[in-house]
Amino acid sequence: MPKPEGVQEKRIAVEARGITKIFGAGENALRALDNVSVSIRQNEFFTLLGPSGCGKTTLLRLIAGFEYPSEGAILLDGTDIATLPPFKRPVNTVFQSYALFPHLTVAQNIAFGLEMLGKPRAEINARVAQMLKLVQMEELGQRRTDQISGGQAQRVALARALAPSPKVLLLDEPLSALDYKLRKEMQIELKRMQHETGITFIFVTHDQEEALTMSDRIAVMSKGKILQIGGPRDIYERPSDRFVANFIGETNFIDAEIDGATGGAAAVIARLPGGAQIAAGVPDGMVPRGRVAIVVRPEHAVLARPDEGGQLRGTVENVVYSGTDTHFHVRLDGGNPFVVRSQNRRGTEAAFAAGDPVAVRIQDGAAQVLRD
Amino acid sequence: MATAREVSDRAARRDVRDRWLLSAPALIVIFFAAIGPLFVMLAYSFMAKGDYGDVKFGQFSLDGWFSVFLQRDIFDDTITLADAHLSIFWRSVRLSVITTVLTIALGFPTAYFIATRPRHTREIWVFLVTIPFWTNLLIRTFAMQEVIRNEGILNTLLIRLGIIAQPLQIMYTDAAILFGMVYVYLPLMVLPLYASMEKLDFRLVEAGYDLYAGRLQVLRRVIFPLVKPGVIAGSILVFIPSLGAYVIPRVLGGGKNMMLGNLIEMQFGAGRNWPLGAAISITLMAIVMVALLFYVRNTARSGAGHG
Repeated sequence: MPKPEGVQEKRIAVEARGITKIFGAGENALRALDNVSVSIRQNEFFTLLGPSGCGKTTLLRLIAGFEYPSEGAILLDGTDIATLPPFKRPVNTVFQSYALFPHLTVAQNIAFGLEMLGKPRAEINARVAQMLKLVQMEELGQRRTDQISGGQAQRVALARALAPSPKVLLLDEPLSALDYKLRKEMQIELKRMQHETGITFIFVTHDQEEALTMSDRIAVMSKGKILQIGGPRDIYERPSDRFVANFIGETNFIDAEIDGATGGAAAVIARLPGGAQIAAGVPDGMVPRGRVAIVVRPEHAVLARPDEGGQLRGTVENVVYSGTDTHFHVRLDGGNPFVVRSQNRRGTEAAFAAGDPVAVRIQDGAAQVLRD
Repeated sequence: MATAREVSDRAARRDVRDRWLLSAPALIVIFFAAIGPLFVMLAYSFMAKGDYGDVKFGQFSLDGWFSVFLQRDIFDDTITLADAHLSIFWRSVRLSVITTVLTIALGFPTAYFIATRPRHTREIWVFLVTIPFWTNLLIRTFAMQEVIRNEGILNTLLIRLGIIAQPLQIMYTDAAILFGMVYVYLPLMVLPLYASMEKLDFRLVEAGYDLYAGRLQVLRRVIFPLVKPGVIAGSILVFIPSLGAYVIPRVLGGGKNMMLGNLIEMQFGAGRNWPLGAAISITLMAIVMVALLFYVRNTARSGAGHG
């Protein structure tokens, strides 16, 4: 089903309200989630992104029902399911280890959930055939689970979780065990399946590239908190937080000064070291003043000769060729490093060499003030 | 000059010969100590019984085998089924099956409990399960008698609690034999069950819950099939010695509630009928073998691939 374009008010599929999860007690207590709230929309590909130990898997397990929150509520279509056991939640999981039943065939694995729901045999058989087709494994239904490859096991796990038509599908780093090429294929496959089934996907990963490629929206997590929620472009181009900027892609941090407070504006004028002024975006609800850090992605700046003008000045220290791009490592006059990435095009040579004095020109709208 | 082919053939032959020579001592011991006596028993079962025990060598007779299930009336020579023997066979099989089922029922939760403890405490629990093995079977059986006899711990407790007014007659009944056998053979069920449960991937249990299986269904559809090899191994370890139990029915069952082991002992002792004793022993072995074949076929069919 095509997603309705331009519809702002989408229904909420899953909502976490003030979730806190503490493992253990006393001195060994571990606060895995700290007052986390997030709303995931119907039919959305939503990604929980963060380093290991950030609480993303715990949040997923709370939604699945394998753990119960210490505080807070989990709403599915508006009803609180936080205290329901997993087998009473219309939610299915694709496990990181796949967790296929070794005593059942591929087809029996896919049929398991439907059987537990007490569906009639004919319906189960039809649905299993449909699922095998969806994951392109029609021929392999009678195989045992130890007779299929890792990529196929991944597909079976997906088919098994999708077969009962859950309201929400939870995916716990399902691609991490696959090799690079297979992972790329599966990323596209997953998007296709999400589109075809119209089911809300909640995807957990520590791979920022995977998150940017597949997601409608991403929540970046660190130390049990959600730092920023937004579309891939938002997260990448307008990170609100130093951790987010650092975790996703390469970044330049520049210290800047903001003179006049312009309360509530989406952008402010920041004064860079060296005196140049630049318009910089501001995270929602922040009123920056005084010394701030601003962030610029390496591909959002270009090098120029000093006489051509730019917001920053420095000297090229190093030129690194990496196939598609060339990275220019610049030492700014104040002493801070700055990296500029330029895409290699046919017939162009690196115009600057180590030791050249250069000007750095930051593109309009590329600078972003950080919250910290 | 020998060709390479000849050298390699000779080496292969020498290899085979060496292997036989090296295992010969072990094979000889196994033959004379384990298989040999079985042939002696088989031979004895086809001989005539001696007047004061033993057999009459060289006198072929089918009397031993005849008497396993049949009897001839002393007055009119009519042949009827040997009810006494049949009831002992039936009691042995019945009590052994019930013992196996009860040890599964008690051993399964026990093994599950141990397998779900933190790794370093599991060893302590397993150690505790093996403690009864430190004491002689006879002593343990007398201890069980102390528990279940009319003035024993169980009856005293039940009377004190006011649950019963008169002591329950458990001693010298089939129930007493069951008490004893379940107690003695329970560790033999718990240990293999624990061994297969320890290998159980508990993420599969989570997957079961995730796919709408309730607790009972997860037990039946996920856990049980995966630990089935342990259930079968435990059943074999419990069923076979139960079938041939001797000490427990002797002490707890008294003279009336005999099992096969007691019947066999009687033929070699007071009964002075060695051919019959040998024939019953071989029949017992045959029952065990049939049961084993049944178990093995059952595993091969459903447990293929992860046995």
